[in-house]
Amino acid sequence: MINYFKMAYRNLGRHRRRSLLSGLALAMGTALLMFAAAFFQGEMRSSLETTLRLNSGHIQVQDADYDPDKLSVAWEYLIENPEQVAEQIEALDQVAAATPRLFASGIVSAQDESIGVQIMGIVPDSEANAPYKNMVSGEFVTADDREGIVIGLPLAESLGLKVGEQLTLLVNTSEGNVDEQMFTVRGIFTTGTSAYDSGIVFLPLAKAQAFSGAENHASMIFILLHDREQADAVAAAIQGEGYQIKTWTEMNELLVLINDFSNAYLSFINLIVLGVTATVIVNTLLMSVFERTREIGILTAIGMKGRQIISLFLAEASLLASGGITFGALSGWALSAYFGKVGIYFGDLGISGDMLLQDRIYPILTLDSAVNLIITSFIITLLASLYPARLASRMEPVEALHKAQ
Amino acid sequence: MEVAKLTDVTRVYKIGEVETRALNGVSMTIGDGEFTSLVGPSGSGKTTLLQLIGCLDQPTSGKVMIDGKETTHLSRNQRADLRKGTIGFVFQFFALIPTLTAYENVEMPLLLNGKSPAERKQRAMELLEAVAMTDRAHHRPDQLSGGQQQRVAVARALATDPKLILADEPTANLDTENGEQVMEIMKRLNKEIGATFVFATHDPRVIKYATRVVTLRDGIIEKDNHAPAK
Ligand SMILES: Nc1ncnc2c1ncn2[C@@H]1O[C@H](COP(=O)(O)OP(=O)(O)O)[C@@H](O)[C@H]1O
Ligand SMILES: [Mg+2]
Repeated sequence: MINYFKMAYRNLGRHRRRSLLSGLALAMGTALLMFAAAFFQGEMRSSLETTLRLNSGHIQVQDADYDPDKLSVAWEYLIENPEQVAEQIEALDQVAAATPRLFASGIVSAQDESIGVQIMGIVPDSEANAPYKNMVSGEFVTADDREGIVIGLPLAESLGLKVGEQLTLLVNTSEGNVDEQMFTVRGIFTTGTSAYDSGIVFLPLAKAQAFSGAENHASMIFILLHDREQADAVAAAIQGEGYQIKTWTEMNELLVLINDFSNAYLSFINLIVLGVTATVIVNTLLMSVFERTREIGILTAIGMKGRQIISLFLAEASLLASGGITFGALSGWALSAYFGKVGIYFGDLGISGDMLLQDRIYPILTLDSAVNLIITSFIITLLASLYPARLASRMEPVEALHKAQ
Repeated sequence: MEVAKLTDVTRVYKIGEVETRALNGVSMTIGDGEFTSLVGPSGSGKTTLLQLIGCLDQPTSGKVMIDGKETTHLSRNQRADLRKGTIGFVFQFFALIPTLTAYENVEMPLLLNGKSPAERKQRAMELLEAVAMTDRAHHRPDQLSGGQQQRVAVARALATDPKLILADEPTANLDTENGEQVMEIMKRLNKEIGATFVFATHDPRVIKYATRVVTLRDGIIEKDNHAPAK
């Protein structure tokens, strides 16, 4: 057997700098793509998880006429005896937490500033509310607090409010009036998503109901499951006259779509970047083919066949590819691991509503995507180098020798 | 026994509109064990003739038989197979593979012929010894002088015990002393192992080694001092 790899290794060594540079191009392409994959993965997972945790939950039970965009607390849009309903749902095996929430629209003012907010009445002890209890200062409100309020860090900053200070809250009531009351800031929280934190304030459910006139009503039962894939099954199990039951896929259609789309988009970027790096490899190999016409002529003259000449150049390509891709994969992995730890700060991207993002994105490199990328890079590089290899194998020995003389 | 037989061979090179008749009806037979010199001025068709005998190229018309086999309609791969077992080449330039050592260069045709490692080693060392290159076996071509490189090339051409060794102006790039040395080696191998040599040259110092001299001019055989019976 001819040791193609030995020959390939020595041939690459003839132009060490050129080989290094083209290996490096491949390495950079691979590292970049690996990091991009990790970044997208991190972003998508974060946006989905953040949105589910903070906003939609896995299932919501609402009154059939409820419109989440209106934040109306008119009784006809609300669920009656929500605590009882939540308790029944929480009794289901697949349900991790079910808790009533009341939403009302309001305006917070302190000093001379006023800011429109969502008022959310919640049961402070519920598991489902853990994401809001990450306190920057102070404490979360207790269920029986009648004067306390919890606000987010960005809101506290823009209103210049500290724990223990007072603010005035206006609310649109069930009767369509406006009511007003002073509250004391008990605590300032952060969820890590500024867009969310800047527009919401928390009251204990009972107080929110009393303040808005919603009395023993809630806008929804917010449900978290142990496994979100169970959402359809659980939704089917929750029967109720006059309710609408929404699962997380229904509530986050856009996000699910973006997720799918971003995968397709990523594959597209992969093809482009790998196409470019493959071109570099092809170029390097073409240069060696033309430089080595004489050698190819000699090898053909002493009886080397086209297939063997192809093998020789493919061996070179695969050495380049292995080196470049290994180095690139390691760098990509290191980059992803580093930023996966410290995160990449994006701040408040101003996205709110249906899709929420953490202020920091933590890239996640899955083994799956790493292996996929490594294999794809390798295959594309080898496929691309078939062209120069075939070109070499088709040289007529006479012409190859003639050119050299 | 004839090693090669050419019948009315022509070779026309076409570059764009321009046609060059490099060979214009050449017939000749090369017998076993001959030490033949092709002579003639530059451009007379020596290289072209060697390439046709060596199955590196195909004639425009006419027939080339090697070792009793018609070669004119062989495929590329079949020609490669024929070359690797039957024909050895020595070129005018020192045609070694620059990334391989002298030893590895000699070993390459043995590898291509699927010889075992033990056989390869024995044969390659034997040949390097025959061309007095044992002490430089593990040097790369760029660490060897022109004469040394050409001796390695001769060793490589002989590696597979080919019936026919074709050498194209093997001494053209060598000084007198090295040229003589290479010729001496070829002559000796011709005598000792009976290998058939055909070499193209216009160097009179080389021609004196030949047992047969074929003179080419403008693509035809002008003179053959040893034309065997047809
Ligand atoms: N590959 C080629 N393409 C075109 N013309 C060629 C080629 N090889 C040789 N010739 C032409 O054919 C003629 C014979 O060349 P060649 O066989 O190399 O002669 P010699 O070896 O005797 O110098 C010359 O006129 C040369 O220019
Ligand atoms: Mg010539």
